Amino acid sequence: MTSPLTENIDTRASRRGSTFVRLLKRPAGAVSFGILVLIVLVAVFAPLLAPYDPNFVDLSITRAPPSPEHLLGGDTTGRDVLSRLIWGTQITLWGALVAIVTSLVIGVPSGLAAGYFGGATDRIGTWISDAVQSVPGMIILLIVGANTGNDFNLLMVTVGVFMAPGYFRLTRATVLAVRNEAYVDAAKVSGLSHARIMGRHVIRPVVAPIVIQSALTAGMAMGMQAGLQFLGIGGGTTPGWGAAMNEGFRVMRTDPLLLLWPSLALGISIAALAVLGSTLADVVSVTAPLPSRKARRARRAAERAAAALGEPAVVTASTGAVAHAAVDSAVQIENLRVRYETADGEVEVVHGITLDVAPGEVLGIVGESGSGKSQTVFSVLDLLPKTGSYTADAIWIGGEDVTSLGRRDRARLLGREIGYVPQEPMTNLDPSFTIGHQLTEPLRAVHGLSGAEAKARALAMLERVGIADPPRVMRAYPHELSGGMAQRVLIAGAIAAKPSVLVADEPTTALDVTVQAEVLELLRELQQEYRMALVIVTHNFGVVADICDRVVVMRHGSIVEIGEVSQLFSNPEDDYTRELIAASLDGAESRAELDRAFVAAHAAASPGAVDGAGLAPDPDASTEADRKEVRA
Amino acid sequence: MSATASAPAARGPLLEAKDVVVEYGTRRKPDRVLHEVSLEIAPGECLGLVGESGSGKSTLGKAILGLVPVAGGSITFDGRDITHATGRDRRSLAADIQVVFQDPYGSLDPLMTVGDILAEPLATAGASRAEAKAVVGEMLDRVRLPKQVLDRYPSEFSGGQRQRIAIARALVRRPKLIICDEPVSALDLTTQATILDLFIELQRDTGVSYLFVSHDLGVVRRVCHRVAVMYRGRIVETGDGEHVTGDPQDAYSRRLLMASPVADPALQVERRAAWLALRSEHAA
Repeated sequence: MTSPLTENIDTRASRRGSTFVRLLKRPAGAVSFGILVLIVLVAVFAPLLAPYDPNFVDLSITRAPPSPEHLLGGDTTGRDVLSRLIWGTQITLWGALVAIVTSLVIGVPSGLAAGYFGGATDRIGTWISDAVQSVPGMIILLIVGANTGNDFNLLMVTVGVFMAPGYFRLTRATVLAVRNEAYVDAAKVSGLSHARIMGRHVIRPVVAPIVIQSALTAGMAMGMQAGLQFLGIGGGTTPGWGAAMNEGFRVMRTDPLLLLWPSLALGISIAALAVLGSTLADVVSVTAPLPSRKARRARRAAERAAAALGEPAVVTASTGAVAHAAVDSAVQIENLRVRYETADGEVEVVHGITLDVAPGEVLGIVGESGSGKSQTVFSVLDLLPKTGSYTADAIWIGGEDVTSLGRRDRARLLGREIGYVPQEPMTNLDPSFTIGHQLTEPLRAVHGLSGAEAKARALAMLERVGIADPPRVMRAYPHELSGGMAQRVLIAGAIAAKPSVLVADEPTTALDVTVQAEVLELLRELQQEYRMALVIVTHNFGVVADICDRVVVMRHGSIVEIGEVSQLFSNPEDDYTRELIAASLDGAESRAELDRAFVAAHAAASPGAVDGAGLAPDPDASTEADRKEVRA
Repeated sequence: MSATASAPAARGPLLEAKDVVVEYGTRRKPDRVLHEVSLEIAPGECLGLVGESGSGKSTLGKAILGLVPVAGGSITFDGRDITHATGRDRRSLAADIQVVFQDPYGSLDPLMTVGDILAEPLATAGASRAEAKAVVGEMLDRVRLPKQVLDRYPSEFSGGQRQRIAIARALVRRPKLIICDEPVSALDLTTQATILDLFIELQRDTGVSYLFVSHDLGVVRRVCHRVAVMYRGRIVETGDGEHVTGDPQDAYSRRLLMASPVADPALQVERRAAWLALRSEHAA
């Protein structure tokens, strides 16, 4: 089960429109964005900002040091360095823009088409992309430069072509991820054309990564451009920063400042773009920001202070009850509360529940999503995610109160006493290890068996859970198993250490009914054979009726009813329990019965007015034989 | 009453699938997932399609929707062969055949408002803004959602509400057939019951037909007039809903029924015994 918190917290809506604001809230984002805005402004207003004509030669300032008239001095041929730097900003940005637009125009549509259509389109696109990437770009640029008289724009277009595969791959990968989403299928069924589906549904998730990629690509394009100019290619009449660097490089020993200024300009621009890109990526990927450690500590301190003053914290009454003495129970939970840290503060999802299970007893915990049933189990197993925490008056397992134990002792106790069967068999097996490895490792590490002993035990357990060819399964990897087999393997792993309690969290929800029946049968057999306590979390009252001795019904983090199975089904006390049992459709009216009742009700309401219109096929369709004839 | 009973048959089936074959995999090594499957759906009828994962039940729905290519056989809708309809032909079917998917989280574009999601099929069909607004309003009423939902995003709703939105989207073009692919299996029990009631009510009000794909016999018993059981790419039994879900004839159908636990401890003891007997019979 996913955390019930996600039910209530909408990350997307709060993110919408605020990405930019959140970017600016981060120092790195604000600074880099500010620098870039400044650079763009300089480029746009270069004619106004530059104090002199960048190409005006005043021999008196040749290699002049900085002065009030010429803030950065003069260059080797007597031109104002500051003015050339300002104009250079314009040409550098223009070049980067040309390269990026070229990349975008080539890379994004082809990536969209390749990802969306797949098949031959994808193969051809990927092949071209790979081919472009394997061509030595610099050589092609030199050839283009030599044959076009160093046409600057053409050179930058060429740079763009070489950077297009980056966009192609990024777009294709993102589209592949959303292509099989049901909403894309739904759009197809809605009659949208491919172009429209791509334009409206598929391209949106691509936008954010493209923007981030563009920030990084712009930096790369600037670097390429400066490199070319440094080699004396694509300089044009108004030199960019690369050309200025080339010039400065030649006189580096005598006038190092001439190299410093353009290098600084280029370095700052590229760094700002890189920082902006990575900050943007952070901002986009973060969903719900957690309160800082400081804030959490402050809140806890405040709570402690309140408690010390004897002010009662806001506490709801504990729900549930125990049926056995603590020493006689396999597990006993007293007043368990589970809380989660969220952006809006702490949320309590389990509000103080008390329950127990005796050795050899099967306890069902039922409820709908958000009832806190899985959170309860995760607390007992110490499996709550980082943002979650629990408190309890006591949790007794095998006669010991785990809340009073240190972390290591608790882990050891849990490992020894409790076996756990998860909901999703496949995701709970590590795909990169064999089944044999995954079964024997805990036996060796936690229970101190030798390799040979562990292997023998694992083989015996696999056989016990009904795996046909245990040695073969031991050698297999998880992907080679069916879902039902994977669940048997996990059950084998859970019982291999002969725990006193087996906890199963929705163990059959991901399985087909026929496999579910097999797994339930297996759990029942094992439970009786080993006299284990079995705690089974489920939303299915059929499963409860099948296997449980006692049932705990949970709703919104509290227990609404605890009772023996037979009594709970025959005479439920709580309205909610009654509602849940009624919703399970067993013994509910069939469609034919519903339709008959509907017709009868209408006939009674307005005699003679009903002839079954709008109710085709008529539910009163006489006999089964008639119907068969009609269908034949 | 017999006159009305035969009415659907007189009009002929709305949808007829005949010997439909679907193959995945490569051309050289095809993996056949549907083996010459045939079924009919009458106007206003709900046909249930039950089976386990991998039985091919969802694939048949997708074949009718044109989301997977058909390798053999034919699919006729309203007298028109749609087996290989693509491009414009396929898009023109959007007015008549719609879909509600299992996953209420994945089937709505997370970046569009509910209003845009519901109006999109109408805009595609060339409806004016005012027309679209009127129809969307009507369908929201039908699925019992307030007008305020229009400006909000799918992520703001619960699973059941999202499924209502998905149903409203399927309804806006006033289709004759809706393929319902496990539309309630991701929902909580109580939500599931109310959504099933909604499906029934909509069918009574609009006369739409359903192909109702589900793995749950209880669900199809509740909403379907007739039920077909699929096993390994073949239909093993078709018949009246009550009979197939209550007293099936086919051996596999019986195992399927007896494997589904019933929410009554006493009855479940009997059912489990019956299932164990069937299992050993099958193994023998």
